[in-house]
Amino acid sequence: MDVMRTGTLSTSGTYTPQRNWYALVGWLFLLVYLAYITSLFDLDFDRFISGLDNGSKFLGRMFPPNFTRYELLMEGLFESLQIGVIATFLGVLISLPMGFLAARNLMPPWVTWCARGVIVLCRSFHPVIVAILFVKAVGFGALAGVMALTVASVGFIAKLFAESIEEISLKQIEAVRATGASFPNVILIGVFPQVMGRFTGFISYQLDSNLRNSTMVGLVGAGGIGGTLFAAFQRFDYDFVSAILISIIAVILAGEGVNNIMRRIYR
Amino acid sequence: MTEPSKYQGSEIQSVTDHSLDIRNLTKEYTRGVPVLQSVSVSIEANGITAIIGPSGTGKSTLIRCINRLIDPTEGDILFRGKNLAKLYGRELRFARRHIGMVFQEYNLVERLSVMENVLSGRLGYVSAWRAWMRKFSAGDIERAFSILEQVGMADFANQRADALSGGQRQRVSIARALMQSPALLLADEPTSSLDPRTSVEILELMTNQAKNLEIPVMINIHDVSLAQRFADRVLGMANGKIVFDGSPSELNEEHLKTIYGGQGWMS
Repeated sequence: MDVMRTGTLSTSGTYTPQRNWYALVGWLFLLVYLAYITSLFDLDFDRFISGLDNGSKFLGRMFPPNFTRYELLMEGLFESLQIGVIATFLGVLISLPMGFLAARNLMPPWVTWCARGVIVLCRSFHPVIVAILFVKAVGFGALAGVMALTVASVGFIAKLFAESIEEISLKQIEAVRATGASFPNVILIGVFPQVMGRFTGFISYQLDSNLRNSTMVGLVGAGGIGGTLFAAFQRFDYDFVSAILISIIAVILAGEGVNNIMRRIYR
Repeated sequence: MTEPSKYQGSEIQSVTDHSLDIRNLTKEYTRGVPVLQSVSVSIEANGITAIIGPSGTGKSTLIRCINRLIDPTEGDILFRGKNLAKLYGRELRFARRHIGMVFQEYNLVERLSVMENVLSGRLGYVSAWRAWMRKFSAGDIERAFSILEQVGMADFANQRADALSGGQRQRVSIARALMQSPALLLADEPTSSLDPRTSVEILELMTNQAKNLEIPVMINIHDVSLAQRFADRVLGMANGKIVFDGSPSELNEEHLKTIYGGQGWMS
């Protein structure tokens, strides 16, 4: 008679599920811990209510959105767009070789360790933090933004590239090697066709991510609409703020559309 | 069908240049546990040699050592005036160009078309740039079509490899091997994944083509009756050594017992 790990079958045919006591204790502990840390925060119900009231007043001042300073808005938006696109392009350009160097099924360990180290470094910090560093280094403006987002892109895409390369079928590569193909030819014909589909997926995801992040890096002076948004906020121009927010949503939606077109073309 | 020597200006002086001489070939994946134990065998310049034996006895290892998809621990492999076991880098690739291989699981590049897969047989001769842009010469393309014609796959030239059935894929894979104008054809269990009738068709195709080209063929095969039907010479392997070497008619039950062990499987 088989003894199943989830329970036991007795000869009379009844089934008693085995309880995982460790898991239960874990959950209880988690609940107690959550209760404890929430008590540490100053989570006051009154504050929440007055906050709601303030919030509605604040929303009221945001509508109707004010597009009168649309030139400033467009300028900032275009700059963000350009930062996003250029950063994605540069990021992909760098990530292609980086991804190959980090692939453990293609490269010796010392190479993959170095490449992965660099990728982890790029990925460790939020793009805004990296933008602060670059603003300090190269000054205010779009260049810092592009560099920051390129770093962020490399940190993300190169890792995903490396992982998709590690998942390919080695049988196809074996056959290409057997024809006497050179290493570049093996990569081009044996590896590339297997990973291109996934690569385009990652690239379009990163484009969207960079468009969103490019609106943020402006907050620290790295160019784009973020600076304008922050300034408007500080001057209490909430209707202009809402205009900017709506435009950002429009850009992201447009990005979605481009994304879909890209996928259909590169299928 | 053009003859290989005319087509690529190779230095084949005489038919005996095609003979393969394996001496004391040893392979240990883990030290002290040899999978191939000092195997020595000489293959003539013409004819079908079938290698039979139980799984894990080193048949695949032997075949793959010849074109160095696996590196032997010790031993020499003399072919066309060179010792394949001692070649590296470019010289190895140049030698591989003359050895065509057919695999058990076809090993086609799935996402590429049939035509591109067949043309990849010429990858040992084209630069990375031409491979990337798929700029193969008109002579190559014409030849590819003619080979596809001979294997019966001319109508499928533009179909993606993953849209084909097993037998069709194996035909394309034979076309790819033939595209190399090989001086030696290796096949690692080419019919193990195919139904009985397709297996016979594939073996007929391979053996006829090889006879036309007057090149030796080495086939790993599970099915003893197929081996006896198509081979001129049978090598039986057991425990990494060759325990039978003779014509198919000489293979009797005693030999099969030595090779495979056990009795119950023989009808």
